Amino acid sequence: MKSHSHAFLSPRDMIGFALLAAMIFVVFPLLLEPFRLNLFGKYLTYAFVAVGLVLCWGVGGILSLGQGVFFGLGGYCMAMFLKLEASSPENTAIQSTPGIPDFMDWNQLSALPWWWEPFNSFAFTLIAVIAVPVVFSYIIGVAMFRRRVGGVYFAIITQAIAAILTILIIGQQGFTGGVNGITDLRTLHGWDIRTDAAKTTLYFVNGVLLFAVLLAAQFVRRSKLGRLLIAMRDQEDRVRFSGYDVANFKIFVFCLGAAFAAIGGAMFTLQVGFMSPSFVGIVPSIEMVIFAAVGGRLSILGAVWGTLLVNWAKTSFSESFPELWLLGLGALFIAVVMAFPNGLAGVWAEKIEPRLLKLTRRGDKPLPNATPAE
Amino acid sequence: MFSEYTASELGAIFAMQGFAGLILFSVFVLMALGLAIIFGQMGVINMAHGEFMILGAYVTYLVSNLFGDLMPALFSGYFFVAMILAFLAAGALGMFVEWALIRHLYKRPLDTLLATWGLSLILQQLYRSIFGAREVGVTIPDWMMGSLPLTDLIEVPINGIFVMVLAVGISAGVYVMMYRSRWGQQVRAINNNRQMADAVGINTALTDRMTFGIGCGVAGVAGSAFTMIGSTGPTAGQQYIVDTFLVVVFGGAGSLLGTIASAFSISQAQSIMEFFLSGSMAKVLTLLTVVGILMLRPQGLFALKLRK
Amino acid sequence: MTNSANSKGTNGLSRRAVLAGGAALTASLFAPKGLRAADFPTAAVNTTGLAVTDDTVTIGILHSVTGTMAISETGSVQAEKLAIEQINAQGGILGRKIEYVQEDGASDWPTFAEKAKKLLVQDKVASVMGCWTSASRKAVLPVFEQYNGMLYYPTFYEGLEQSPNVIYTGQEATQQIIAGLDWVNKVKGAKSFYLLGSDYIWPRTSNKIARKHIENYMEGCKVVGEEYYPLGHTQFNSVINKIRLKKPDVIYAIVVGGSNVAFYKQLKAAGIDMTKEDPILLTISVTEDEIRGIGGENIDGAYACMKYFQSLDNDNNAEFVAAFKSMWGEDMVIGDVTQAAYLGPWLWKAAVEKAGSFDIDKVREASPGIELPTAPEGYVKVHENHHLWSKTRVGLAKPDGQYEVVYETAELVEPDPFPEGYQ
Repeated sequence: MKSHSHAFLSPRDMIGFALLAAMIFVVFPLLLEPFRLNLFGKYLTYAFVAVGLVLCWGVGGILSLGQGVFFGLGGYCMAMFLKLEASSPENTAIQSTPGIPDFMDWNQLSALPWWWEPFNSFAFTLIAVIAVPVVFSYIIGVAMFRRRVGGVYFAIITQAIAAILTILIIGQQGFTGGVNGITDLRTLHGWDIRTDAAKTTLYFVNGVLLFAVLLAAQFVRRSKLGRLLIAMRDQEDRVRFSGYDVANFKIFVFCLGAAFAAIGGAMFTLQVGFMSPSFVGIVPSIEMVIFAAVGGRLSILGAVWGTLLVNWAKTSFSESFPELWLLGLGALFIAVVMAFPNGLAGVWAEKIEPRLLKLTRRGDKPLPNATPAE
Repeated sequence: MFSEYTASELGAIFAMQGFAGLILFSVFVLMALGLAIIFGQMGVINMAHGEFMILGAYVTYLVSNLFGDLMPALFSGYFFVAMILAFLAAGALGMFVEWALIRHLYKRPLDTLLATWGLSLILQQLYRSIFGAREVGVTIPDWMMGSLPLTDLIEVPINGIFVMVLAVGISAGVYVMMYRSRWGQQVRAINNNRQMADAVGINTALTDRMTFGIGCGVAGVAGSAFTMIGSTGPTAGQQYIVDTFLVVVFGGAGSLLGTIASAFSISQAQSIMEFFLSGSMAKVLTLLTVVGILMLRPQGLFALKLRK
Repeated sequence: MTNSANSKGTNGLSRRAVLAGGAALTASLFAPKGLRAADFPTAAVNTTGLAVTDDTVTIGILHSVTGTMAISETGSVQAEKLAIEQINAQGGILGRKIEYVQEDGASDWPTFAEKAKKLLVQDKVASVMGCWTSASRKAVLPVFEQYNGMLYYPTFYEGLEQSPNVIYTGQEATQQIIAGLDWVNKVKGAKSFYLLGSDYIWPRTSNKIARKHIENYMEGCKVVGEEYYPLGHTQFNSVINKIRLKKPDVIYAIVVGGSNVAFYKQLKAAGIDMTKEDPILLTISVTEDEIRGIGGENIDGAYACMKYFQSLDNDNNAEFVAAFKSMWGEDMVIGDVTQAAYLGPWLWKAAVEKAGSFDIDKVREASPGIELPTAPEGYVKVHENHHLWSKTRVGLAKPDGQYEVVYETAELVEPDPFPEGYQ
């Protein structure tokens, strides 16, 4: 069957990627004013998380309710760099100790903590954005998967980790900015990130990174690893008895998902201009799962569409009917689970695509049954 | 840090702190029992557990208003009526939810998590539309808000005793139902082997619905009791969810005794640490310890089976 | 919320309520009468392209109507809408009716930033009444500074901030804290204090100021404990035990949100009767709004220190309370922040009329020195630093959920967001 071909990108995938690329790089920038475009840029940073969740959850069967942790860690690393740059002695002359971030001054810190120092370097920051969350996820992954913890237990423990980290960040406000987060970020190497032009540039950088992540995810799916992950999800013991080290594959895909989320977090910080613990906790983590679920938990492109759709709906709904928004979101959760377990991608593959193809190939023999792959 | 106090003061404080730990223990038990039934016995992750508790709290609020308006003479006893109604209301909603949602998802436990999260959002918004965004003040009968002075220093809060008695009572009730009744036998049979249970003539659909209903009902009673010590608002339920799940998982799913033991150890640890550290750090350390232990011993304290 | 949110304009309100309110607040006190739009051509009063037409001007309301903060922010939205209706009933601003675009911050800080940007960039609003938590204000601040908007921020807060784009209509920390501490020391003879708070910037900064004041400026006084609990924490038995052990004269409590309810209920259940004043409970975080959730019987005897109480006895306040209740319902209560939110539209109106223009820069220039003798709290004046001169009062909580004012400062307290000696 076609969908089992081992080619990196099947023709269907190519169309899907091209369509998304056209939307992100051409249609949105042309149609949307800078303000809305920046909003979509923000949505797309969540898509990084959703793509990671497709790999972990849809493909690998590992549901993490703590992806916000990695999104947040990546975002905080970037925010620390930007905050240090914004806290030059001239900018902070009003403080008791000029030259340190404002929230530290408010909390009677008189010197920069040692672990902030390396974030003066942009190169270090770029490495840390990926490395910190990956190391963290590696530790969690080793501890959990080596002991064969999975399923709902893993979900609950990741959720608890998200809660712990939130309380910790809030409680250590002298070092982290507390509930307010790290705010008022201004420049990146002297380049003002607050202007419309900068935001548009960041939008495109974000888009390019997203495609890099999508291609990486596609590569994993198409590789032997991807097929093993699916096999593990469905029959873990058989894979184990075939001599594979199941835990290592799970750890790898979990770390990969964390890295994706961290890139999204860093881009979020750049585009939105601050980072706060409200992206680390349980609620955002679960919302990110719904983005993936709405798009289709098996489809990396679907995850991007799902993220865009849910967030766009959230923004426009909450502009017109704030009271109804939660009802709508709740109903969406239930509908996706009950009626459309494969999300948008499933609807597309099962309902829309066959009809489209029927229209274009009138008279041909009926299509092979389309699996909800892409 | 203790040099400035006399021995009797210290003794009194440790007694009171021990008592505070016991109250916390009772609170944890009440929170977790309903979930232990639903999660432990059915494998369903009910993320709306907190909202079922808040339903109980709102029922209590309504009943207190009703008694205040219509039967002021009986006000001091309304709480017992409220708890029964809270059980019935939360239980009925639970059975409805089981019928509408959960029964379709028994084979997809992770999906129950998402669906019940959606349910929790809907319930929160409904509470907000019906009762307003602000917290409601539940008037507690005076006799329940007082305290018993044992010595000059030691005062025992009556609502603390009430919560403890309730926790013990409900635990005993659940234990009897689970291990001494026919229904409990059926629940455990289904938990062990659904097809086999079905095959030997157990009405699994009905048992599931009852189990879910009872679990939610217990949550409702807990919520009703918590009006004495906590707040009642549309989003108050979310505060409980992490603690509750950790208690159940730490205890080892499927083991009621485990849930109680875990509630005891977590509450004592937190209570002791709270005395020496700031509240925030005590909370972080407690949760970290629990997660750390769970990483080393994922099956929890009292495990029946967990590896998947 | 009884009013449909985000309704652009003035529908959905009882006209009678509006008229009652408008008539009650006697316009003649401070509004130049009979301003007609024709005297102020749009091209002249709006040179920067704000949403000002020949007969309307649009402003933004930005609060959370969903999420955890909706509990607190609802009152502010109501007060702002009341003020807008009353201003419109008096003929508006420079002859133009105020219309509003309401956005929901959804208790989520980036959403606040996003909506603030939408209000400024897309709707081009002439000012924004909004935000409640420090975190939301910090999130929108760069947006207001970048796009040069004007925010009227109603909450009492930690200070350490002074933006050209914000008018702070609530008290900053030193205004709220110092007078209360001095009062409890002089009048009640209190010498030892136990500081307690929810774990975030406002309680921590406030307690820092309180500690400095107690240790450096109050003779023979000391802090015997300081403690923070996570937001939403509901178990306070441990800290209550610690308080018993330390036997402070005053529990200085800055607990917020749902934690408040738990704290006061548990305090009462633990046998600490606040009416006996042993120890005295002094709070800066419990307004009449919070008491509704706590229950008046559970906080009876506590003292609160802030600038406004619903029970204030003056004509302005009587009219304000009556208008508020007739618009939003008899069972409404009004807390400090609600009153501060009500000042926002009035202060903006006064500044616009003084400047003769809606331009942000001119409004900013005109703002310092603006006086509001019609303020329900009595009289306020805008300081050069964009905060308000206001009196600080101490109220005693009563079982009916209201405060009885037991003390007020003789003079207006000067706002000092960057207090020397308290850093």
